Amino acid sequence: MELAISCRNLCKTYPGKPPVFAVKNLNLEVRSGSCFGLLGPNGAGKTTTLEILEGIITPDSGDVQVLGRSWLTDAKWLRSRIGIALQETKLSERQTVGETVTLFRSFYDRGMSPEEAIALVSLEGKTHARLSNLSGGQKQRVALACSLVGDPDLLFLDEPTTGLDPQSRRQVWDIARSLIDRGKTILLTTHYMDEAEQLCTQVAVVDHGATIATGSPRDLIRAHGGDHRIEAQFSGVAPQLDAFLALPGAVTARVEADQVWCGTESPHATLPALLKLLEVQGCTLIGLGTRAATLEDVFVNLTGRHLREESMR
Amino acid sequence: MIGVSPASWSSRLIHHPLAQLILARVRDFFREPEALFWVYGFPLLIALALGTAFRERPIEHLTIDTVGDVELGLVASLSANPQLELHKGIDANEGEHRLRTGKSCLLIIQNGSGPPVLRTDPNRPESALAMALVESALMRSVVPDDKQPLIQRQEVQGARYVDFLIPGLIGMNLMGGGLWGVGYVTVDMRARKLLKRLVATPMSRVHFLLSLCLSRLLFNSIEIALLVMFSWIVFGVSIQGSLFALLVVILVGGATFQALGLLVASRANTYEAVNGLMNLVMLPMYILSGVFFSSERFPDAMQGIIGFLPLTALNKALRMIMNDGSGFLAVLPSLGILLLWMVVSFVLATRLFRWR
Repeated sequence: MELAISCRNLCKTYPGKPPVFAVKNLNLEVRSGSCFGLLGPNGAGKTTTLEILEGIITPDSGDVQVLGRSWLTDAKWLRSRIGIALQETKLSERQTVGETVTLFRSFYDRGMSPEEAIALVSLEGKTHARLSNLSGGQKQRVALACSLVGDPDLLFLDEPTTGLDPQSRRQVWDIARSLIDRGKTILLTTHYMDEAEQLCTQVAVVDHGATIATGSPRDLIRAHGGDHRIEAQFSGVAPQLDAFLALPGAVTARVEADQVWCGTESPHATLPALLKLLEVQGCTLIGLGTRAATLEDVFVNLTGRHLREESMR
Repeated sequence: MIGVSPASWSSRLIHHPLAQLILARVRDFFREPEALFWVYGFPLLIALALGTAFRERPIEHLTIDTVGDVELGLVASLSANPQLELHKGIDANEGEHRLRTGKSCLLIIQNGSGPPVLRTDPNRPESALAMALVESALMRSVVPDDKQPLIQRQEVQGARYVDFLIPGLIGMNLMGGGLWGVGYVTVDMRARKLLKRLVATPMSRVHFLLSLCLSRLLFNSIEIALLVMFSWIVFGVSIQGSLFALLVVILVGGATFQALGLLVASRANTYEAVNGLMNLVMLPMYILSGVFFSSERFPDAMQGIIGFLPLTALNKALRMIMNDGSGFLAVLPSLGILLLWMVVSFVLATRLFRWR
């Protein structure tokens, strides 16, 4: 198994009062040719981790290997082999798409033609348009073209779809998939769970500067509460948590006043038993639903918090 | 297509990262109309406004009244002077009234055959001037022809206010262009996280800094050429000294303020911070360094510090060349001060510079 990225015991602290422990003993392994997602709420340490891997900041301690090399000895080589799209970068508004991509192309000894990079992000019709006349989604695709024009082996996409409308998000996803098909490795950060499920073969959930779970989205969901979720609302006195956990097929359960969430591998067995339990307890059912479990459920299960709540802060 | 095709040298040149970075700066600059006005239009407007306001006006007519029968020789001599307007045969009381209300500036009274009486208002400069003219006419009427003094009028080049102003404006523009053009642009790129994005590519940092300075040099050259041509056409301001020395001084002055701009921008990452720093650096020099009036008007105790300011040194060198006709050697001390500022600023800036 060839690793595009491996890092061990990564630590980075920003000085301040109190100091901010952005990354604490973070471990990560990204296979070549895969699309890897770093998930977590804002402030979890995703961006710091990414910037260390991109060679923009240096870690306080820990081993970092990117494409089998170290930033300490091969910075110039690494810069020519990676591509970066930072969500926060604002490219110059008064340049055209073509001019912007041509500028970035000039920094690389090898790579594709600007026209080819622009075609990869489907902006051929906008080559001569200034960035000030583009939508947010189109600008993000220009940033992607800039990251592709050096024909990198490894791409870092920091929150590639944050702030984009649903259609633009899907366009960015299509571009990412086509890059995977071309054999590129992608490391992306996101706090959209659906994005990770759509794109990533492997994800790492990051919270408070450390990875708290790694695996494929399916495996993580299965391991943290089963493929399905049953949600029920009722009136009356709720049964004990243990009673829900004892239901056939149930893997996890959470009870809050007049609501219950139950994770299960086999909803056909769990659901009738759950209804029976509520009836025996004398509760009246008000609402009932089942759905496929998501990475969001994994995060809630691991931390007791919702990603959304956290990112609103 | 992988790699650059075996294209012509011109294609390779245009795709060189330094050329691309400079092109990006040039496009950014010329595609912002407001900035173009402040850089190119505004200095011309200042030159036009101040050059017109402080133009030396020809002296107006001086009115002299005479009461009684003033000697004919004196009358003829005064009438011959085009600056003077002679009103003869005024009533004595009216003459007093006209002098008091400023309608005339000198009253000549001839009573009988005695000496003429000159009544004047010592508080008015035009009265003193009229007085001097009458005295000189009286003097000339008693001096024999072969002893009359010869009067030569000479137009002194580079002595008008506008001649003084234009080099000051060039200096001011080099300061503003260097500090804003390099400093503000750098902080803008840092705030937009573009700097961070650029240094994550294999881009050479030297190329980046060079592109900022070289593009600014280009903008400055156009700006100064415009200002010099404008002031030559409109006001007849000409360059008295060595053109080579002038180019060297402009080059070194521009580079000095670019280095200062880099220093000011080395750490700031917000527009507010860089605005404050810019004003801190520029305001004292606007006032002290002799842009609009000579810095020698400040007290002697301050002259040492003022003389060491880069804009003072630059303005001094520019005026020596443009107004006094000095050559390269004469401006070496000023160039030395500028070079010192440039080297110290640049070294400090590279030490402090934050690429993120």
